[in-house]
Amino acid sequence: MNTKEALINYSLRLADNSMIAAQRLAEWNSCGPYLEEDIALSNMALDFFGQAETMYEYAAQLSNNNSTADMLAFRRNERQYLNCLLVEQPNGDFAFTMMKQFLYSAFAKYLYEALSASNDETLKGFAERSLKEVKYHFRHSSEWLIRFGNGTEESLTRAQYALDELWRYTDDLFCMNQIDEELISTGISVSSDTIAAKWNFTVKETLQAANLIIPEKFNVIKGGYNGIHSEHLGHLLCEMQYLQRAYPDAKW
Amino acid sequence: MKQDNQFPQWEVFLQTKNGGPYEHQGTVHAADKKMALQNARDLYTRRNEGRSIWVVPTECIVASTKEMEEEFFDPAQDKIYRTPNFYKMPKGTKNL
Repeated sequence: MNTKEALINYSLRLADNSMIAAQRLAEWNSCGPYLEEDIALSNMALDFFGQAETMYEYAAQLSNNNSTADMLAFRRNERQYLNCLLVEQPNGDFAFTMMKQFLYSAFAKYLYEALSASNDETLKGFAERSLKEVKYHFRHSSEWLIRFGNGTEESLTRAQYALDELWRYTDDLFCMNQIDEELISTGISVSSDTIAAKWNFTVKETLQAANLIIPEKFNVIKGGYNGIHSEHLGHLLCEMQYLQRAYPDAKW
Repeated sequence: MKQDNQFPQWEVFLQTKNGGPYEHQGTVHAADKKMALQNARDLYTRRNEGRSIWVVPTECIVASTKEMEEEFFDPAQDKIYRTPNFYKMPKGTKNL
């Protein structure tokens, strides 16, 4: 795989992560626990859609085969999607969504921080801009977890359940494949080892403050970056891509 | 104040540029200070309206009531000498 192919795939990975996270958050529209939180969830979804758009456009521009951002988002099947498994998991209850958001935004925070030093100008610019957004998502979700953990027995139980269920998808965040090898060697992206170390430290700190216990790792599932997904992604894409699939090139 | 089943109410004030006044925007519901600040950010600064936010629990606002209106404000209506109507501008002054 040459550098350009690797960069296209890597841009798709970043775009897909944001796109799927956005789509999941958008499912909360009008269903939030109260008005203000409903708007906060939509705000975060819009941040992610914006990130996805930037990276899809970059991937389309690099591929130079007449593909467009819309085609990349709405005309690829689940095996062509390169997002991590965590973001595609169903929302569950509000605690479950916040746990997912917390685990992911802590990862995105350190990833974007590292990519802010990329020698690819577009990636660098993207990371610097997006970092501000995910930092806010991290703040928002970690504070909710601390509230859950120090709230009622029920809120604690729900948050702990979410952690127990989602923990198995966290190794997948740090998987590396030949795309990473190529881009690390050219100074475009970074090894996820340092990101993992920072992530572990921060996540443990917050979970401790939230009285939550990190479960033993069991049934660890990986493969998102290689296009191997859980069954949930297909269903999500069905809904998200319906219009473009049924009416290709539809515009309004 | 009317009770509802949401979180307590907070008043939101926004400063649009450094050094400017904090102007009242509206209210948010929130369980604590941090949540109030974040909800205010999410509701009132989505279109880049602000640089700084104040949130104040609504119950901490002391407000005059309708009944107080006459005695509070009407006596000021006929005190024209409290306005600068009779002040002569010094010669040559452009801005005062």
